Amino acid sequence: MQNSLTNGYSLPGLVSLVALRVAIGWHFMYEGISKLFQDNWTSYAFLMDSQGWFAGFFHRLASNQTALAVSDQLNMWGLTLIGLALMTGTFTKVAKIAGILLLLFYFAAQPPLIMAEYMFPSEGSYLWVNKTLIELLALAVLFVFPTGHIIGIDRLLKKLY
Amino acid sequence: MDNKNSNKDNSKKEGIGRRDVLKSLATLPFVGALLYGAFRKKSLQHYRQHQLLKELNLDSISEPRPFTPVATGDKGLLRIGIIGFGIRGQQLARSAGFADPELIDSWAEAAAVNRADERLQVYLDQEDLNIRITAVCDIFSVHAQRGLDASANLYRTGVGGQKDKPAKFYAHYRDLLKADDIDAVIIATPDHWHAEMTIEAARAGKHIYLEKPLSLTVAETHAVEHAVRENNIVFQLGHQNRQIESHLKAKEIIGKNILGKITKIECYTNRNSPNGAWVYDIHPEASPKTIDWQQFIGPAPDHPFSLERFFRWRCWWDYSTGLTGDLFTHEFDAINQVMALGIPHSAVASGGVYYFKDGRTVPDILQVSYEYPERDLNLLYSASLASSKQRSKTFFGHDASMELSANMTVYADRDSTRYRKQIDAGIIRPDTPLLTHVPGREGVDVVTSATEQYFASRGLLYTYRGGRRVDTTFLHIKEWLDAVRGSGKPSCDIQEGVEEAISAHMGTQAYRLEKKVFWDKDKKEIVTS
Repeated sequence: MQNSLTNGYSLPGLVSLVALRVAIGWHFMYEGISKLFQDNWTSYAFLMDSQGWFAGFFHRLASNQTALAVSDQLNMWGLTLIGLALMTGTFTKVAKIAGILLLLFYFAAQPPLIMAEYMFPSEGSYLWVNKTLIELLALAVLFVFPTGHIIGIDRLLKKLY
Repeated sequence: MDNKNSNKDNSKKEGIGRRDVLKSLATLPFVGALLYGAFRKKSLQHYRQHQLLKELNLDSISEPRPFTPVATGDKGLLRIGIIGFGIRGQQLARSAGFADPELIDSWAEAAAVNRADERLQVYLDQEDLNIRITAVCDIFSVHAQRGLDASANLYRTGVGGQKDKPAKFYAHYRDLLKADDIDAVIIATPDHWHAEMTIEAARAGKHIYLEKPLSLTVAETHAVEHAVRENNIVFQLGHQNRQIESHLKAKEIIGKNILGKITKIECYTNRNSPNGAWVYDIHPEASPKTIDWQQFIGPAPDHPFSLERFFRWRCWWDYSTGLTGDLFTHEFDAINQVMALGIPHSAVASGGVYYFKDGRTVPDILQVSYEYPERDLNLLYSASLASSKQRSKTFFGHDASMELSANMTVYADRDSTRYRKQIDAGIIRPDTPLLTHVPGREGVDVVTSATEQYFASRGLLYTYRGGRRVDTTFLHIKEWLDAVRGSGKPSCDIQEGVEEAISAHMGTQAYRLEKKVFWDKDKKEIVTS
């Protein structure tokens, strides 16, 4: 049993954690590049559709041209780079914190409240907990159980520096 | 213990092994797979967005019209007289740059409470049209005073702010038309006054911006046309929708035959409020003392003083053209702009007063069906003042249909002959828009996103020019003033006005006579057989 342990993880444990990291990274990165591929992508509609406790904040963000432009760039590049980092296991710790923060924003902007009806219809049924929150919690799990230093570029970086 | 230490030293000494490199790069193939998939998907989208546009001959669709600067200096300065300073007169003056100071204050208050409320900023950013309002005529003293206050508001300030000299007040429009210090007039009076005032203004050599509709009757329509053409003045009918970018795009798309043969067009009025049904507020200071009732009646049948009739004149045939003249004209003018329909061959109509049983004579529910046999086309107007269920102008073609408002959306028809191959190949989907145009975007897009739908549903009042939000009424007045200064032509000139007026009157006649009516091209009359 002791032999199958890899840096304290069992092999199935390690494989599951890396798979989860790669899958979340994939999701982030494709969300990012699909926005980069669009000529005029903007977070405007998403922000304006905000409901719940922080709606006022997100509406103000959307109505300010500069803030909106910053938000658009942060989203497109943030998603792409966090995704790439998670998939390749590069600076995974920072990427996970950044990912959690970004997801926290998405969740706060459109929380699945009892009264909330959003413009983009969701593909499932959600109350208080939605897939954004679950992805956020999954990133939290990955933060507690890191794998980048075992399977990932972080392994090389750790050796080099 | 020693053993362990020596192991550690060994691994450091070994540096980066083959194993380390493999484990470090183990997940890279996934990045490769993602990028491969993403670019494959992107190229399919690119094909839809560009190649398809090329195949549809839409890759060279025009850019938004450039915004031309206003002629500045005393040479370009135009002196304007406003006849009628009610709801619409006030809106026109505001769009021309002369807002009521109280309105400025209310916008400033709204902006202070809600930073997203940009009405004041948009207004302050609007170009100066280099005009002065030198004359105001209104027969209700409160409106007249409001007009004078607005005319002095050259600096766009609130109550108590810096002001210019107010305009001269005229109790009667005939005296206003005699004044030498007026180059052009804006007429925003009840419909029954439009023809007479326009004819007299044209004879006085004043350029005219006239609120729609052009006239109350066919005879008036001819007289107005004659006066405008004879006196060689610059005329613009107040259809600000002429300035909506999506209408220009729609015209190009239909010109390129994207819809195939169009045999049916439907247009609508969907309102459901007292204000929308012309039940406007009665001003508390209104009385026979503050209103010149005889001048209000003018060419209409005599009637004892009535506050309802004065403020809600659109509800009576005596002063109004009802749904056809007030609201169908907007729809017709947009369609006429897109398809150059002209005057219909015939019309049938039905409807009634079914909701606002307030003594009005004009219907609140109306359908008019127009035939254009030479174009193989039927135009249906369906109006309700008692339901705001939204319906947009729709052009029904064999290959595609188009919904047109401030936005334009084209859907391919599932049984289209032309798009058969692309529909079968899954490149064109009949259930998603084939083409969209939303205000603020250049050109036309294939395949629409939810984001754009969101913009689309909110871009109703404003159109975009050069990336800025602009009031369409401002653009329409500007176009007229540019033409007065010798640059360009008004887009809603007398010809368009006549076509629209006759079409509206045919609908009204068909409804009132309860008969099918025809347009006699030779006699230039509406006939019943």
